[in-house]
Amino acid sequence: MNRYPVWKYVVIGLAIAIGLVYTLPNFFPEVPAVQVSSSKAGVRLDSALLETVESTLKGASLPYRGASLDPTGVKVRFDDPDTQLKAKDALVAKLGPNYIVALNLLSASPQWLASIGALPMFLGLDLRGGVHFLLQVDMKAALEKAGDRYVTDLRSLMRNEKIQYTGIARDPNGGVSLRFRDEAERNKALLAVDKNYPDLVSRPQDASGGELRLVATLKPEAQKKIQDGAVQQNIQILRNRVNELGVAEPIIQQQGSDRVVVQLPGVQDTARAKDILGRTATLEVRMVNEEPGAFEQATAGQVPFGSDLFTERNGQPVLVKRQVVLTGDRINDAQSGFDSRNNEPAVHVNLDGTGARIFKELTRENVGKRMAIVLVEKGRSEVITAPVIREEIGGGRVQISGRMSTREANDIALLMRAGALAAPMEIVEERTVGPSLGKENIEKGFHSVMWGFVVLAAFICAYYLLMGVISTIALSVNLLLLVSILSMLQAALTLPGMAAIALTLGMAIDANVLINERIREELRWGATPHAAIQAGYERAWGTILDSNITTLIAGVALFLFGSGPVRGFAVVHCIGILTSMFSAVFVSRGIVAILYGGRKKLERISIGQIWRPSSSTATPAKV
Amino acid sequence: MEFFRFRRDIPFMRHALVFNVISLITFLLAVFFLATRGLNFGVDFRGGTVIEVHYEHAVDFGRVRGAVDKLEVGEYSAQSFGSANTALIRLPLKPGVSSAQLSERVMTALKAEDPTATQVRVEFVGPQVGKELYENGALALLLVAIGIVAYLALRFEWRFALAAIIANLHDVIIIMGFFAFFQWEFSLPVLAALLAVLGYSVNESVVIADRIRENFRKMRKATVTHVIDNAITSTISRTIITHGCTQIMVTSMLIFGGETLHYFALALTIGILFGIYSSVLVMAPLVMWMGVSREDLVKPERRTGAEGDKILP
Repeated sequence: MNRYPVWKYVVIGLAIAIGLVYTLPNFFPEVPAVQVSSSKAGVRLDSALLETVESTLKGASLPYRGASLDPTGVKVRFDDPDTQLKAKDALVAKLGPNYIVALNLLSASPQWLASIGALPMFLGLDLRGGVHFLLQVDMKAALEKAGDRYVTDLRSLMRNEKIQYTGIARDPNGGVSLRFRDEAERNKALLAVDKNYPDLVSRPQDASGGELRLVATLKPEAQKKIQDGAVQQNIQILRNRVNELGVAEPIIQQQGSDRVVVQLPGVQDTARAKDILGRTATLEVRMVNEEPGAFEQATAGQVPFGSDLFTERNGQPVLVKRQVVLTGDRINDAQSGFDSRNNEPAVHVNLDGTGARIFKELTRENVGKRMAIVLVEKGRSEVITAPVIREEIGGGRVQISGRMSTREANDIALLMRAGALAAPMEIVEERTVGPSLGKENIEKGFHSVMWGFVVLAAFICAYYLLMGVISTIALSVNLLLLVSILSMLQAALTLPGMAAIALTLGMAIDANVLINERIREELRWGATPHAAIQAGYERAWGTILDSNITTLIAGVALFLFGSGPVRGFAVVHCIGILTSMFSAVFVSRGIVAILYGGRKKLERISIGQIWRPSSSTATPAKV
Repeated sequence: MEFFRFRRDIPFMRHALVFNVISLITFLLAVFFLATRGLNFGVDFRGGTVIEVHYEHAVDFGRVRGAVDKLEVGEYSAQSFGSANTALIRLPLKPGVSSAQLSERVMTALKAEDPTATQVRVEFVGPQVGKELYENGALALLLVAIGIVAYLALRFEWRFALAAIIANLHDVIIIMGFFAFFQWEFSLPVLAALLAVLGYSVNESVVIADRIRENFRKMRKATVTHVIDNAITSTISRTIITHGCTQIMVTSMLIFGGETLHYFALALTIGILFGIYSSVLVMAPLVMWMGVSREDLVKPERRTGAEGDKILP
């Protein structure tokens, strides 16, 4: 009786073994480390980089504990923060601006653990310190910008189709309104807009005073596309800017339809972080200085007056005139695509009205010459591309093509758009936690769990004796599994999350109390020890299941509607409920089976004193 | 050890009316305080900025206030937080002023006054986000209530579901009443505690409902009152030990958890204490008055009746 099949022991053993392995990394201390990752798309992270890093460190005779390469970059561990700082400086000097060299703390756990994905729990910002921003993208502004773009487009459409109109303006209700003198022209315009701009819905409207109007508004799905595009573009720009901060593990992601979360662990200088996130980069169009001999002179170290020597993205130096002919705010949009004539990858740039006029003039006068598109960010200038002007370009639609891959076209379009955010953003939530507070919080959470557990275990052992010890072992297995699953999932552990660990343990013991009380009750009614164990586990199971499911409902609701630290609470709570069902019933029963199952004649169970009412009339109602 | 030695079933249901009147009074008091005093919503729900500043010596609030007053930030509060060396400054939302500038201006002013001031923590929540957190919180509460009612109605019977949710929402209201009465800060972790309590004290109701159902099957001749009395008496030992164990953990959080977990643990403590009372002494009488009968619970189990009979002596 009360035997347990072998496969159940195998399952328990496996669960505990896996739990131990994945909990293990949490016990290793954190050591100072330097993390190298790429700052732009296209910079490769490969074994060549690893070799460069190692040779640089050896060259500077800086001792390190091991360097490894993973998809996010190269990680090098050091013995002390001093070497870490020196190593960072050496690497920054060697690798240049294409790489981010960030200081970080990494677990000192051995390599084989990391290679099977066993990492320490991922600590939330309130435990490790850092900055959390929630930024809201101004969608109205994004639509207004789109409206501006359509004004340019429709104006050139009217011109190309030779339709007479008296005025064009952005409609206050979102969209473009055109004015006409006669009905026939308006109808022509209506057809032309419908044909060329499927994203617009146009309908005639007669304003007071006999003015004939055509109002073109964006279709809802087109509006959504523009808004999604604006958020994506802003995220991309934020990512570029965060890269400069040199943060080891930044999180930048969309939340909801119009918000962006930025989490920068370890960043203390919030003022600087806010500054960089909110900065606007500028894009400039300048002419390349092609005077004979000027370039050779500049590369030799003597930059001619009125010119700057910049490097192109491919590393080629370019000599550029200082005069700015066009600025980035004249650019409405830049998209990668294909040249309609020869299907080569190209970048399509859309200028606003003023920009189009300037550009037409510029191209007319400089056919055959090179112009340079320069991105100025944080006082550093970089030439994105320097194409040759083939012909005069009017209408504000510019195409840059030739000798570029699809990927390059994408990058160039992105960088050109990076000149400005697609729509302004505003910080709607900020949480900053200092590093000392983070450490303090870890300690508080840890002590809460530890002391609560010790007192709880002492009480349960005293009250239920051997069965109490079994319950305590089951509870420890629960803790082990909970920590290992949290480590596996790498879900952010917050202080409320640590509180949830404590609370879950306090609630998980309920299952064992239910079982133990039921066994006592069965014994009180005169059941044999074996039957009492059997009945205790079987009857308590239904109750345990019901009560855990109701608790799980609360946990899931909290997860769905909670945010930030509360979500961390919900995650731990839900996982804890699941692991507690496994350990309290499955594991504890397994141990009971080992201890008692083998004995044929079981006289008594060590479960504490069973009190029996002395007189028979007072037996608890048993009918 | 055996703490609970009952010679016969305690006639809980005889005093059912008294228990329900007590809980009705507590409930009404809680509602009264909620209505008159209202909850002291934290920055999470109300929006605004909170700055925690650490000094190397005890905080001189006169100087802190002097420095912040000059900035004309509106009605703010400054008080000590956790230790005498730490000050917590709460600033209201001010239209047109971004949080970024506000917290920096305050820190610059404080540093000018006393260079040992270091920023420990800043929390800023905009008006829109605060409103959303508030709405989502209410929605979560509603969803939990509906989910639990649905599950219990499915698993037991609608009377149990209704009684359990009345008993447990009444716990939630009482916790909120405490927060209103003492004007403790109602923050996101406290909301999490409320929902955890809701799920947790439903456990209690489930255990008793389970036992009532079992008793209906076993005690064929007993009256409904007797069945309920027996169910409560035989589970009371488990109820008190379980709650005691959970309270051990929560007390540990109260002692070691610091300021952040203080109100969280406090809400749980109130919830645990009232949870015992309400799920046992409010839910059971409600079920009785709603007229639960043997047929309601035992009938659907007929198919397994043969097996059930075997267990019986």
